[in-house]
Amino acid sequence: MPRMSRKRPGVLVAAALFAAALSAQAQEVNLYTTREPGLIQPLLDAFTAETGIKVNSIFVRDGLAERVMAEGTRSPADVLMTVDFGNLIDLVEKGLTQPVESAVLNEAVPEHLRGKDGQWYALSMRARVVYAAKDLPIDSFTYEQLDDPEWRNRLCLRSGQHPYNTAMIAAHIVYHGEEATLEWLEGMKQNLGRAATGGDRDVARDIMGGICDIGVGNSYYVGLMRSGRGGPEQVKWGEAIKVILPTFENGGTHVNISGAAVARYSPNRDEAVRLLEYLVSDDAQKLYAEANFEYPVKRGAEIDPIIAALGDLEVDPTPLVDIARQRDAASRLVDRVRFDR
Amino acid sequence: MRPADSSIESASIGSGAAPAAFGRPRWNPWLIAAGVVALAVAAPIVALVATASAGSEELWSHLIASVLPTAVRDTLVLLAGVGVLTALIGTGTAWLVAAHDFPGRRVVDWALLLPLAVPTYIIAYAYLDVLHPVGPLQTALRAMLGIDSPRDFRLPDIRSMTGCILVLGFVLYPYVYLTTRAMFLMQSANLIDAARTLGAGRARVFLRVALPLARPAVAIGVSLALLETLNDIGAAEFLGVRTLTVSVYTTWITRSDLPGAAQIALAMLIVVLCVVLVERWARRQRRFANDAQHPRPLARQRLRGGRGLLALAACAVPVFVGFVVPTWYLLDQTIARVRFAGVSAAIPREVLNTVTLSAVATVLAVVCALVVVYAARVGRGQAPRLLVRTASLGYAVPGTVLAIGLLPVITGIEAFVDSAASRLLGASTGLFLLGSGAAVVYAYVARFLTISAGSLEAGFSRVSPSIDAAARTLGAGAVRTLIRVHVPMLKPAIATGALLVFVDCMKELPATLLLRPLGFETLATHLYGEAVRGTYEEAAIAALLIVAVGLVPVLILTRVGARGPAEAGMTISARAAVPEQGAAAAPPDQTA
Repeated sequence: MPRMSRKRPGVLVAAALFAAALSAQAQEVNLYTTREPGLIQPLLDAFTAETGIKVNSIFVRDGLAERVMAEGTRSPADVLMTVDFGNLIDLVEKGLTQPVESAVLNEAVPEHLRGKDGQWYALSMRARVVYAAKDLPIDSFTYEQLDDPEWRNRLCLRSGQHPYNTAMIAAHIVYHGEEATLEWLEGMKQNLGRAATGGDRDVARDIMGGICDIGVGNSYYVGLMRSGRGGPEQVKWGEAIKVILPTFENGGTHVNISGAAVARYSPNRDEAVRLLEYLVSDDAQKLYAEANFEYPVKRGAEIDPIIAALGDLEVDPTPLVDIARQRDAASRLVDRVRFDR
Repeated sequence: MRPADSSIESASIGSGAAPAAFGRPRWNPWLIAAGVVALAVAAPIVALVATASAGSEELWSHLIASVLPTAVRDTLVLLAGVGVLTALIGTGTAWLVAAHDFPGRRVVDWALLLPLAVPTYIIAYAYLDVLHPVGPLQTALRAMLGIDSPRDFRLPDIRSMTGCILVLGFVLYPYVYLTTRAMFLMQSANLIDAARTLGAGRARVFLRVALPLARPAVAIGVSLALLETLNDIGAAEFLGVRTLTVSVYTTWITRSDLPGAAQIALAMLIVVLCVVLVERWARRQRRFANDAQHPRPLARQRLRGGRGLLALAACAVPVFVGFVVPTWYLLDQTIARVRFAGVSAAIPREVLNTVTLSAVATVLAVVCALVVVYAARVGRGQAPRLLVRTASLGYAVPGTVLAIGLLPVITGIEAFVDSAASRLLGASTGLFLLGSGAAVVYAYVARFLTISAGSLEAGFSRVSPSIDAAARTLGAGAVRTLIRVHVPMLKPAIATGALLVFVDCMKELPATLLLRPLGFETLATHLYGEAVRGTYEEAAIAALLIVAVGLVPVLILTRVGARGPAEAGMTISARAAVPEQGAAAAPPDQTA
């Protein structure tokens, strides 16, 4: 596999110009993404505006790996992007990615947020936080408390099989083992105020509607709701809740990532790397924060005020790869306690 | 053309197969063409079997211990609930409309079909919003009762089994309505008139005569509604009901166990085939019930005053719940959204993409259906009919599962053509199917061929074999007979089948999502992209357009139905994957 040094930009620019002169097609990059198109389009537009490289994207939800695998060596995919590290690591394990050596990427993305050999890179983070009814007298929370009988019939969250939840449960397994997690899940199931389904924003609306008092959701939805970007109605949902950044008892707040990798048979490899590098640039990281209310991965990049107001994020130190390894076990435990039924 | 003997003759033959003695070559090109079509449909399922056999350790012990008991129970409860509800609504309204006259009957007669245009996943989103404690209904209710907080008073949550059954029942009942209405109108007039003459009251006529006679039609309609229920994952999952289909997804997506998912999907396919067998059994019964020699239209009884209004109300409720409320909701959301953020510039392009893909797939599905069904007509023995069944298999597999099965098939074809082209022409064809949208069309045809095939079979069964014989005696070949004689006579059947295929293609989501080209969006994928991040309101425009475009074929369908209700009914009934010609179902004057 050809590796490319990013240390001599002059040579690269020349190479890029040469490649561009050879073929107009080279100024394209093909993106396969499980990321909702509305969330990344502003970033892609900015990339095209800056580099002149056109981005062709396809949003695939289920079956991204299967499609890329079936396409094989003919696959036009250059960049594979997912909204969950489990899926991203899956792509690596299925051999659908290739290593990237880029000083830019390595400098921008902290080591625990990227794969070995540059097989994948996190681009943004979202915290799994607790939404609580505005008037509840609580200020701090641990994930371990979610099964507390105090919350009997008062807890709302989306399907236990959703990747955001299986990742959180997998993190619990890393800390406490499967047996304790099983009990924890059983307690949480007892606490459910309604069927575990829908999306994270439904949690806020259901708290407003009196169905639940606490719930679990991603941090950026709070920004989307409170900013009014989801429409005036959702401002009310966002205002009906207060947000607590929970932690594990001996750890920090569980985060998931959106991330990307260069596809193994990428026909436009240079452009693919450039897209990744762009996405961790100051401009793009700012856009992630502003447009999507996510936490930037780049150290020192600014966080949106709405999100910053939620409190200081102390990221749980458990390596994502360790959590990913427990995903299967987490999913089975969810089945075992019939969480979604 | 009105061959007076058609019903009798085809009844005696029983399947509408033409006498095959007229100049048919021994080596039948129709059979080969039909074989190709059947192979194309069966290929993804074969690929699934291959995937499944890759093995998945200790999957089934986990499933049996933790998943299957509740998943099977929930699936059965859901199917039973939806079955009962669609049967009640469909049969009840059909009986009111077919056997009675009351104010507004003409309107509800076609309006009752409107929910066909609303995809189940859209109606689930709509009702969650409308019925939510902070939604319009409960807010108004609280205002009326003088209660401030939803914490003090709220209705039961719609995200439950009951909610799911209600939502699906009110959107799927038209299948029962359509088949049963046709049956009431065409089949039982004589007997019902006789019962009335003999002094039986209304209820007695319905319960003792009309209903038993219509039972097979009810069974057909219900089995169609149940297939839709089984294959629909969006609405059920959204409302918190975890059927077996959801287990397929969990196994595949969350646990990255595709072989395991394929195993569950195939196990479900067997269940679905059982449903289909029940439906076939029901149709077998129907043939038995169809002996009336000279059916006449049913004389409608007038319902006056309060009774008439009651009948109107009973028919209006399903239309309101299944169509008016969700459409009103979408309209409201769309207006609010357009004011707030304008219309996405991509929408016209997406409409065009949606219509183009659906139209191409519809034409192909009709042509393939003609080939398969005509091959069965001119062919001898069981082989051609087996091919028809095989070609109808795609509908019995959930959309995503079919798409996953199609992936290796499509890329296999691409690889073969690519290497051939490289060798012979020195040019690479690359991913010409996935890259062009042809893969999506393939998926549509494979999935919905059964609709057009069933429709054509029903149509063909009304064309007396003596007509084939006459055409062939006069020197026309098989192709000429088909094009000059059959196709003109089959226009209503072709139209009905085509319209239904078109509506289904438009609504199709999972295969479109997985198999479409880069940067290519349809209304359904746009809708999904928004819905999946919880911004349903932004999806309202796309959802409304799906309903609006879907409405056109449904409205045309109601007109086709008005010309020949039995035609429409039989066409829909043919969706159940195993076409069995109810040869004598049509009265002689329906042939042309």
